[in-house]
Amino acid sequence: MTRLPTLAAWRAKPFATTAKAGGRLVIVAANAPAEAAGIAPGQVLADARALEPGLRVTAADPSADGSALAALADGLTRYTPWVAVDEQGGGGARGALLDITGCAHLFGGEAALLADLVGRLERCGFAARAAVASSAGAAWAIARFAPHDRLIIAPGAEGQALAALPVAALRLPAETAGKLERLGLRRIGALYTLPQAPLARRFGSLVGRRLDQALGRVQEPISPRRPVEPWRLQLAFAEPIAQRQDIAAATEHLTAALCRRLAEEMKGARRLVLALYRVDGTLARAEIGTSRPVRETKHLMRLFAEKLDGLDAGLGLDLLALSAPVVEPLAASQSGLLACANEAALPALAALVDRLANRLGASEVRRLVPVASHLPERAQRAAPALASAGAAEAPWRKRRPRPLRLFTRPQPVDAIAPVPDDPPLLFRWREQLHRIRRADGPERIAGEWWQGSAPAQAEVRDYYRVEDEAGRRFWLYREGLYHPERRPRWFLHGLFA
Amino acid sequence: MSYRHDLVSVEALKSRILALEGAWQGVGRHEEARPAAPLGLEPLDRALPWGGLPTACLHEVSAGAAADGAVAGFAAYLLARLSAAAGRRQSAVLWCAAGDGLYGPGLAAYGLDTHRLILVRGRRQADLLWALEEALRSGALAAVLGEIEEADLTATRRLQLAAEAGRTTALLLRPPGGKPAPSAAVTAWRTAAAPSGAAPWGAGLGRERWRLELVRCRGGLPRQWLVEWNDEANRLAVAAEFRDRSVDAPTDARRLAG
Repeated sequence: MTRLPTLAAWRAKPFATTAKAGGRLVIVAANAPAEAAGIAPGQVLADARALEPGLRVTAADPSADGSALAALADGLTRYTPWVAVDEQGGGGARGALLDITGCAHLFGGEAALLADLVGRLERCGFAARAAVASSAGAAWAIARFAPHDRLIIAPGAEGQALAALPVAALRLPAETAGKLERLGLRRIGALYTLPQAPLARRFGSLVGRRLDQALGRVQEPISPRRPVEPWRLQLAFAEPIAQRQDIAAATEHLTAALCRRLAEEMKGARRLVLALYRVDGTLARAEIGTSRPVRETKHLMRLFAEKLDGLDAGLGLDLLALSAPVVEPLAASQSGLLACANEAALPALAALVDRLANRLGASEVRRLVPVASHLPERAQRAAPALASAGAAEAPWRKRRPRPLRLFTRPQPVDAIAPVPDDPPLLFRWREQLHRIRRADGPERIAGEWWQGSAPAQAEVRDYYRVEDEAGRRFWLYREGLYHPERRPRWFLHGLFA
Repeated sequence: MSYRHDLVSVEALKSRILALEGAWQGVGRHEEARPAAPLGLEPLDRALPWGGLPTACLHEVSAGAAADGAVAGFAAYLLARLSAAAGRRQSAVLWCAAGDGLYGPGLAAYGLDTHRLILVRGRRQADLLWALEEALRSGALAAVLGEIEEADLTATRRLQLAAEAGRTTALLLRPPGGKPAPSAAVTAWRTAAAPSGAAPWGAGLGRERWRLELVRCRGGLPRQWLVEWNDEANRLAVAAEFRDRSVDAPTDARRLAG
């Protein structure tokens, strides 16, 4: 069943992949010439060599197979966004499941879609079989076990189509299928007339469920690999395009169309994903984010321009799809930074923030927002640069002097201080000795014990503002309350100007 | 087409040529024409030929020593002044650095409104320079500050041109101990902490003091001041014992000649 996609030069010669099973090398997959010589998956390598002495083998790589299948499944989203990778390889090859409800007419009907899909995969070097049916279970069985000329099953005809197929076509574990066969239940049709209850008692509920799923008596939803987006537009090309300017022009066309749709619904996009389908069946993605809802083609195209520069078009692209996974109403309330800039400056500011965020990452462009906490390291947090801060933003607490730079992790220092409560006389930090000339303190800051933080963080800290001989100012603290038997630990937490 | 010998138009042409030279070579005699933001400290504003810190061009501030917070303090003060001078139209400022560690409560103490401050983090120097140039050219900001390890003459020239194109002031913070590199900056400063005077209440720390040095200034002379930050009035003042120091001291003249 499994055939290998191989290079043209290798296709003509018998070739197979092997894996270890029970101390022996067993064939996992074989190409067409090898199959013609009688080699089949599951055979021991020695037997296969006896049949075909010229057989070339290599070790199977399941993870590479998996990622190749995932890339193919991404490529198949050109037909429908509902694509899932089918991991249960029991009784046949792994594959992909596509829900083409409402999509077939776009490709000229089910038969045309099927021919296009199989032809495309064949051009990429894959030997593929595909079937269309009203239930995922039936399509799965037909694609793997039915003869070549009956791959499209009309709604309601599943029972008839499946009757002649082996029970393994019901996606049953090999063990269950074997038991059924030993009892003479070789064909699916033989199960139709049997009462369900004894069947379930003997073989578990799986057989009945799989049968119901295959016949469409129970719904079996496909969960797509990637979320399906309601805001999606695509553009197909008769001839593959590879030039950057062509791709940019096509992207602009799609972006403009999307922006028109967004304008109609008074919305703006916060995130856009451009999917570029290469002719070899794989998919490249370019993603941009904006700091506020946007529906200006020019703004979005400037963001895409950066991403298109580093894009590998491969042998060419034959389909572009633009989707907007995150869409928000455009008339959002504004505060914070936005409230400070007036209307005229806002577009320029937002465009700048988006450009910076798209190149450096959204987490790298932010602003500081006060938090009501008296622990110094919790008194601020980073917010997205243009995010509205919600309710009226509290001002910074100004009662006590605070340093200009605060270390995220307080730096341990060696300090000499008279006991129990005096500021240090000198301390060493980064190989440099600082003699303290003046000091202020202590300011005692207790841990936020009600937050359930770690015991070390819950310790009391005594902060001192100190100035060394050169006039440099530091924020030092001693951790914990004074204890005669414990050596106090000192930390440098910040630098004053 | 008739050609008129018009003195006024010749003058206009001359000034235009000078302006072009200034823009392209980084030197020119149209310096006085630059718009400026007053620093709010009379001796400093008087020492600068523009009556304040000129906007829409590049300035450098270097640190005097390691672990010295004075540079960041002076930079925060400058950003606050530039933001205030730019008005509501473009009052936002941007701070680019390789790491984080800026502390909002501390910045706010120097008059810098953190609502208007965008922080940008770039891991590589190339990213930082790119971000600075983008921000300068956008014209959406009052000032852009970059903490840069190394910037050569080409890089500073690019920043200077971007600052002029976007009418945005650029500040470059240099680490301590760096070699004095050629730069296209219009002014260059060095800032270091200085021991504080007596505390206002007797014990403890006095008001913090910085030694400000105007190292280089187009069309102006190098100067030094000892300034004091008044955290109650939120303003700078020249420290008492340096107030009468002659601005044309011989040391300054030597520095100019060398």
